Amino acid sequence: MTQEMIKAIKADPSYRELVRKRRAFAVRLSVAMLLVYFVFIVTIAFVPSVLGTPLSAGSVTTVGIPVGIFIIVFAFALTGVYVRRANGEFDDLSHQVKENMRRDMTL
Amino acid sequence: MRYVLLSGFIFSTLLFAVGDVAGDVTPQPLNMAAIIMFLLFVGGTLLITYWAAKKTKTAKDFYTAGGGISGFQNGMAIAGDYMSAASFLGISGLVYLKGYDGLIYSIGFLVGWPIILFLIAEPLKNLGKYTFTDVAAYRLQQTPIRILAASGSIATVILYLIAQMVGSGKLIELLFGLQYEAAVILVGVLMILYVTFGGMLATTWVQIIKAFLLLSGATFMAVAVMLHYDFSFNALFQAAVDLKGEAIMSPGGLVSDPVSAISLAVALMFGTAGLPHILMRFFTVGDAKEARKSVFYATGFIGYFYILTFIIGFGAIVMVFTNPEYLDVAKQAAEGGSPILGGSNMAAIHLSHAVGGDLFLGFISAVAFATILAVVSGLTLAGASAISHDLYASVYKKGNARSMAEMRVSKIATVALGIVAIVLGIMFEKQNIAFVVGLAFAIAASANFPILFLSIYWSKLTTRGAVVGGSLGLVTAVILVILGPIVWVEILGYAEPVFPYKYPALFSVTVAFIAIYVVSVTDNSDAAKREQSAFEAQNIRSQTGIGSEGALAH
Repeated sequence: MTQEMIKAIKADPSYRELVRKRRAFAVRLSVAMLLVYFVFIVTIAFVPSVLGTPLSAGSVTTVGIPVGIFIIVFAFALTGVYVRRANGEFDDLSHQVKENMRRDMTL
Repeated sequence: MRYVLLSGFIFSTLLFAVGDVAGDVTPQPLNMAAIIMFLLFVGGTLLITYWAAKKTKTAKDFYTAGGGISGFQNGMAIAGDYMSAASFLGISGLVYLKGYDGLIYSIGFLVGWPIILFLIAEPLKNLGKYTFTDVAAYRLQQTPIRILAASGSIATVILYLIAQMVGSGKLIELLFGLQYEAAVILVGVLMILYVTFGGMLATTWVQIIKAFLLLSGATFMAVAVMLHYDFSFNALFQAAVDLKGEAIMSPGGLVSDPVSAISLAVALMFGTAGLPHILMRFFTVGDAKEARKSVFYATGFIGYFYILTFIIGFGAIVMVFTNPEYLDVAKQAAEGGSPILGGSNMAAIHLSHAVGGDLFLGFISAVAFATILAVVSGLTLAGASAISHDLYASVYKKGNARSMAEMRVSKIATVALGIVAIVLGIMFEKQNIAFVVGLAFAIAASANFPILFLSIYWSKLTTRGAVVGGSLGLVTAVILVILGPIVWVEILGYAEPVFPYKYPALFSVTVAFIAIYVVSVTDNSDAAKREQSAFEAQNIRSQTGIGSEGALAH
């Protein structure tokens, strides 16, 4: 990659938009995952009885069961949300950057 | 002390509770159904290897299956790589023994995957060629970075291999009545055949088939259990609680002090993102789009699998725990309680017999064997690539190795690693190896992950920073494991551990990041300036894929 190309791409609004949007999105989703997981782990470490509470009177199923299943489904859902946006919007932007570059370089 | 014992229990569980299975195992009577189904699997996969060998002509074919694997196939293969026999038998055994704690543990193994997708998968695919070291060394000095990252890879691979080989020897001895040494040699030889002849293509298909068989078998077992209770979880839990008490429905002290809990979480999360055999899988797909899809499918399969193992564990409580057929009478006479034959990690195996008779027991045993083969093949391929691509082609030949020569070296490395795995597997038969998987994850999290992550995202990273920080992370992880409760107390026999926690990751990862930061920002050499200014070009490729392998083909 030549210095000119680097300069051109860095100045390309599509590129800036791609980098900005994807970074914000990836950070938000990562924080969501880490937050959910660490809250779960810290709950287990400090107040495990919360997860051991029965769901309803007379039920043996505890709060921890749906919470645990939720985290598994949540992790999977987050990957789905990310892939959907990345394979659509982000790839379109990335394609736009490549098109712009091809155009600029042939001029 | 309680948490120490309990947390020790989980890593041993990962290795089919070597503690449980160690010593004298009573081999099962010869199970013909299992042997026939296993031979079918071996025959089928060897045919695939023959087909793959004809298609594997270049180094690219060998390392990445030609880059032609689809996102769905790769997702399945990643799941096949990750769902080891240890996680199938170990986690269902943990649920059988401790109930809810098994679920906590499996969640830890899953949550690293979204992070890999958001932060690692795409830059990895855009910047690398065959190994994650390609990415770490992209703008840094090849020789020191390659040597360090390859050492991290090889250490992770060999530790993981020891765990798998010892576990497989015990398991096969138990399931098929085969001698331990014979079992280890058989696994080693089959793995060498798959990888040397079929490369990544054969390895990938072995993993896909195995993932399919494992998911089908586990689904059948879970459905059979739920059928008994009209698909009511509450009824299943009620029956289990009646037998084992209410404690199995709540967290039971698996992770009871916050430092251990967080340290374990860090090890699992960042360790997963630093496992060389997992990272290597992202080079088998065509582009970033397929790389992302792989993680989506893999997370789905792995999450589904963990839910199944949870049901299977509870199924074993209600259907195996009470059945005198599975009771270890000798052990009961000696120790009381109601131990099952072969230890708690055989819970899933006994359950397969309880729900499907001899035939299904044979199927699940064959699947467990296939699982071991698939996992060791992926590991060996990753280790061989570190030797041939990173050390031979990039360091020794300075990037000027011919494709054929590089491929030949990787085949020699595969055979060598296979032999090392067999020898270590036999040497460690009677050893307490409960620390090795923990150590493998700690090294992956403390050496591989920080270098990879910072090389992608931090413009100020320099070679000096990466080498000093990565090495410190590696050394800290190893030393803290040795001084910790498992090695220092349980193996070396001292009364008190020097380092009180079982999982060093929280400390060693922190050491690695701080050292990389401090050394990089104080590095004023010319080389450092060049490396830092090369970040822009790397970042553009990382973000867009411009200039990456095959990205401009369309």
